[in-house]
Amino acid sequence: MNSMVQQLCPVQSCKKIATDTFLLRFNSPDIVASAQPGQFVNILTAEIGKGPLLRRPFSISRVEDNIIELIFHVVGIGTNLLSQNQPGDWIDVIGPLGQPFHRDADYGTALLVAGGIGVAPLPFLTNDLLKYGKRIETFVGYRNAGQVFTKHLQNVRIATDDGSDGFHGNVVQLLELFLNQNNFQKAKIFACGPTVMLKALTELAKRKSICCELSLEGQMACGIGICQGCAVERTEDTAKYALVCKDGPAFLSTEVNL
Amino acid sequence: MTTLSIGSGIKTSFTLRGVEFKNRVFVASGTFGYGDEIHDLVDVNRLGGIFTKSLSWKPRSGNPPQRIVETASGMLNSIGLANIGVQTFIEQKLIYLRTFNTHIIVNIAASSLKEFCDVLSLLEGQDGIVGYEVNVSCPNVKEGGMNFGTDCKMTAEITSHLRKLTNKPLIIKLTPNVTHISEIARSAESAGADAVSVINTLVGMAVDIKTRKPKLSTVTGGLSGPAIKPVALAKVYEVAKAVKIPIFGIGGIASTEDAIEFLLVGAAAVQIGTMNFIDPAISVKIADGFENYARENKISDIGTLVGALDADVKFSVIQSWL
Repeated sequence: MNSMVQQLCPVQSCKKIATDTFLLRFNSPDIVASAQPGQFVNILTAEIGKGPLLRRPFSISRVEDNIIELIFHVVGIGTNLLSQNQPGDWIDVIGPLGQPFHRDADYGTALLVAGGIGVAPLPFLTNDLLKYGKRIETFVGYRNAGQVFTKHLQNVRIATDDGSDGFHGNVVQLLELFLNQNNFQKAKIFACGPTVMLKALTELAKRKSICCELSLEGQMACGIGICQGCAVERTEDTAKYALVCKDGPAFLSTEVNL
Repeated sequence: MTTLSIGSGIKTSFTLRGVEFKNRVFVASGTFGYGDEIHDLVDVNRLGGIFTKSLSWKPRSGNPPQRIVETASGMLNSIGLANIGVQTFIEQKLIYLRTFNTHIIVNIAASSLKEFCDVLSLLEGQDGIVGYEVNVSCPNVKEGGMNFGTDCKMTAEITSHLRKLTNKPLIIKLTPNVTHISEIARSAESAGADAVSVINTLVGMAVDIKTRKPKLSTVTGGLSGPAIKPVALAKVYEVAKAVKIPIFGIGGIASTEDAIEFLLVGAAAVQIGTMNFIDPAISVKIADGFENYARENKISDIGTLVGALDADVKFSVIQSWL
């Protein structure tokens, strides 16, 4: 946490990569130097007074040389403004923030599971897990084929709600089919996606006795543990709530009540 | 503590009950934590002072999610005074806060008069605290909070009891959710308050029309941010007309210009709140902005701006409330 910085960062590129989905690349050697998979950045989408009040948090999708990559959906005013960035523009970024995924646990196969734009942190995680020598199986669920984005992922299986690409159904059902056909003694799930998906995944992981780590979203004002806005209920601990921004966004599925 | 900003020749400081603050820019309670999370992003030593996150006797876990909703030019929060409790503050946070070259004012929240007194008494024995801000204005807790600050008698009672327990600056933080805030301010003043902070958040709400549920778990929350600045200015103006004690102006300040508006309507100093979340260094930028404004306008003491509004009160409605 001590390595976080607030910087104006030059935009390298911003391109549409799927339906409503953009890939933003910006330069920040300082953030790259300390970023870990699962961490996020908090971005001002317009000058103060010219856009939404609050910053918007985004998972770091990938790092390359001095470049940070983000993948995001345009869902409102803030993300729309962000998607309009062009090379030569500058964005005000705070990061890296939050606790990364715990990649170093005792497991052989990493099961990466994402719903929709929850795919965002997976490329960075994939690259890192390869360094740890883990086997990676990736499961991504989208509404339809137009949203599918699988670059920089390993051994990808796709589910779509409408059946227009891959498995017809949701990503948790797809993972369950896979788990029923394969026996993993030592696997760990890393997941990011909508809360309803993470809930179903938590149940599946419990039934299959697989360790499962979730990257959560939360409504936050500051992103650094001050506003106390992004509370999530803990299952057991001395404190009733954890903060998504500071204690997470990565939590074991057994740690939190979604 | 420097009185004059180095090299500028402009007086930036002011004094409250014998405590000299290096400038008139502070950070508001609940928007700066206990200083430890944010110090990488802002030079806290440049501030007039830090108002800490509210402290109660026991730790409070706060309200269930959802606690925050963004609104037009503002945000609603319903944190519910989540805090580590005064004992843990003393053991874990105060040692670090003492290393800052700025003044620490501890904000106290409580659900009873006794709790206010207990928390303040425990803090009185500690080094590194120059004063207290008393939160009688939180709109997001069922017991205490705003219920105290909407009542003149309760406000006076709490103030007078705490007054007996300390010789340090005692600042009462007022709620705008009353008919006439000037009446509450007068109660605080006559009970011995050294200053008032004006304003805490405005009660507000937001609804999800798909689910027909309120967006906040507590149905209503407190509105803050630039959206409330015009309301806050009017409240500071009203209080300034009613009391002689200094006012800490708070409410949506996002620029030097905003902050100077507060001084002109009668605030002796300002607290930056919600905007710390968006630009952690904004308070220092405003402190610099005060000096630049003074230089450009050939003002030797920032204090000369306090209450310097050029208003014709002939048609002022507020005037009739006082």
